[in-house]
Amino acid sequence: MSRDFILQFTNCFIIRDHSVVKDDLWVRNGKFIDPEKVFFDEKTPASQKHDCAGALIAPGFIELQVNGGFGIDFSHNTENIEAGIEIVARGLLAHGVTSFCPTLVTSTPEVYQKVLPKLKPTQGGLHGASILGAHLEGPFINKLKKGAHDENTITDLKEGPKSLLNVYGSVENACIVTLAPELPGATDVTEWLTKQGVTVSLGHSMASLQEGLEAVHCGASFITHLFNAMLPFHHRDPGLVGLLSSDMPEGRSIFYGIISDGVHTHPAALRIAHRVHPKGLVLVTDAISALGLEEGTHKIGQYTIEIRDQKAFIAGTNTLCGSIANMIECVKHFKEATGCSTVEAIEAATLHPARVLGLEKKIGTLAYGADADFVMLNSKNLSLKSTWIAGNCVFKSDV
Amino acid sequence: MRLVILDSADFVADWSAKYVLKKIKQFKPGPDKYFVLGLPTGGTPLGMYKKLIEFHKAGRLSFKYVKTFNMDEYVGLPRDHHESYHYYMWNNFFKHIDIDPANAHLLDGNAADLEAECNKFERLIKEAGGIHLFIGGIGPDGHIAFNEPGSSLASRTRVKTLAQDTLEANARFFDNDINKVPKQALTVGVATVMDADEVMILITGAHKSFALYKAVEEGVNHMWTVSAFQQHPHTLIICDEDATLELRVKTVKYFKNLSLVHSRLIDEDAP
Repeated sequence: MSRDFILQFTNCFIIRDHSVVKDDLWVRNGKFIDPEKVFFDEKTPASQKHDCAGALIAPGFIELQVNGGFGIDFSHNTENIEAGIEIVARGLLAHGVTSFCPTLVTSTPEVYQKVLPKLKPTQGGLHGASILGAHLEGPFINKLKKGAHDENTITDLKEGPKSLLNVYGSVENACIVTLAPELPGATDVTEWLTKQGVTVSLGHSMASLQEGLEAVHCGASFITHLFNAMLPFHHRDPGLVGLLSSDMPEGRSIFYGIISDGVHTHPAALRIAHRVHPKGLVLVTDAISALGLEEGTHKIGQYTIEIRDQKAFIAGTNTLCGSIANMIECVKHFKEATGCSTVEAIEAATLHPARVLGLEKKIGTLAYGADADFVMLNSKNLSLKSTWIAGNCVFKSDV
Repeated sequence: MRLVILDSADFVADWSAKYVLKKIKQFKPGPDKYFVLGLPTGGTPLGMYKKLIEFHKAGRLSFKYVKTFNMDEYVGLPRDHHESYHYYMWNNFFKHIDIDPANAHLLDGNAADLEAECNKFERLIKEAGGIHLFIGGIGPDGHIAFNEPGSSLASRTRVKTLAQDTLEANARFFDNDINKVPKQALTVGVATVMDADEVMILITGAHKSFALYKAVEEGVNHMWTVSAFQQHPHTLIICDEDATLELRVKTVKYFKNLSLVHSRLIDEDAP
């Protein structure tokens, strides 16, 4: 495609200024462009038109928390790391994801220092979704809310940023760090990470609301999988959940990830969160290595996983072993469960995660000047028709 | 002069669009033969543009070999302001049709040298071979384009200071703040429009009925610039019933009796 090739998508509905409008979408050099300027300033027509057959065009989905998929687990696959990442990155295209944060659960310093340098931000394309940088979930979390994390590897932040760097080696490729704000030293680390441009997310924590608010004042802006691995909402100490209805420092807001797979968060809990703080809601899959695998039994690392009824179980048991929901299903389920509008459901997987990372001018939007990363959806049932990165089609559904 | 009186504004939109369709098709434009249209903005022609877009989408009409010249534009208003005529034309017409951007001409109200911009516009019209059909609307004070009352009937494209009435009428589009209304505009002159082979003026609504009366039943008068078109050999005024309120019964009856003749004007099969 030559440099000044202009592609005009016609016969489509697009999301503009928080509503669905029937309008064309213009792309040049991998970015959305303002066709009015092209018309009057450059006086050139589009080089090619693409008939979208009435599709709904939304920004590409942004996944802030995904542990792996397609048989690959980022935290355990420490051999041949690049190949593993590529498998997941390519697989995610079929879920409408155009950029993501590969997530590492609590691991040893050796693992971080081996894997993290390989999680460099990379531009996506036919080879897979863009990598925005890593989401480091742990190991600076509360043992009492460890969830599936390895208790023996969980550690503290007593020496502030030094403790952190002793474990991670560097935060160069990190986008998000999930930590428990009540740990000694967490305050300094939160301030330090925020200064480095790393988003601090609160989670796997026993924090009170007060501790949560202090962390927010130090720069924390995200909550990791709301309701999961934190104190349950209590009316005298609402815990981290209480942040959703708390006053934020001037010009700031709090975002929260939520797993909307119909399994990990009850629809009523989803509705509570959405109704209290709709603008902060970010859909995350928190999917494990079994994401994208067919029904049946799979051997992944040292585990044997059985996929049944679109849920992942430890083989031969009824014990759930993690989420295998894909993003497009989460969007649909979220819309169904909360009765929100299509735009709200889509923005929870696009605009909001982009805002978490301060990237809302570049991704998660169809605004002029932003990256032309988008999905075409069936306007009626929101099923995925195709995925596009930088104006190129990178996935096409057979259906 | 022909005066076509129709039941309502919808019929005016429909009739005028059909007339444009027929004119362009009859002309059989091609790469060496462009049809040249003069175009207005405002509420009155909106319905006509909608119809023309429908014809285009239905495959009945192409603008590939059509050149357009717009009547006017505000001075100093950002082009992406919702009241700029660039904004109007792009959103209500150009983006929906297949016109080559190089053939859509609008006066640039932000040009460094406004006078040069106006002279260039006149030159471009001449180079295009003149305008085949100039479509216009009018203000309640009978102004065509921004040729305010008192404009010379021999005027060409130029910078024009807007009348107080116009500023007041337009304030509603600028947060009801008269200070935000641009004070000047670039506009084709009365003589520029007079040069066109044919002129079609759309007039709807009771608030324009006095202007229609001035245009049709009174003499040529530079205080009602639209009246100049009495002197044009091919002027067509399309109006709705409401706009005829100030006309004599005799006038209305006369033109209504010609409705059979008028309907042939938009019959694609009629010559």
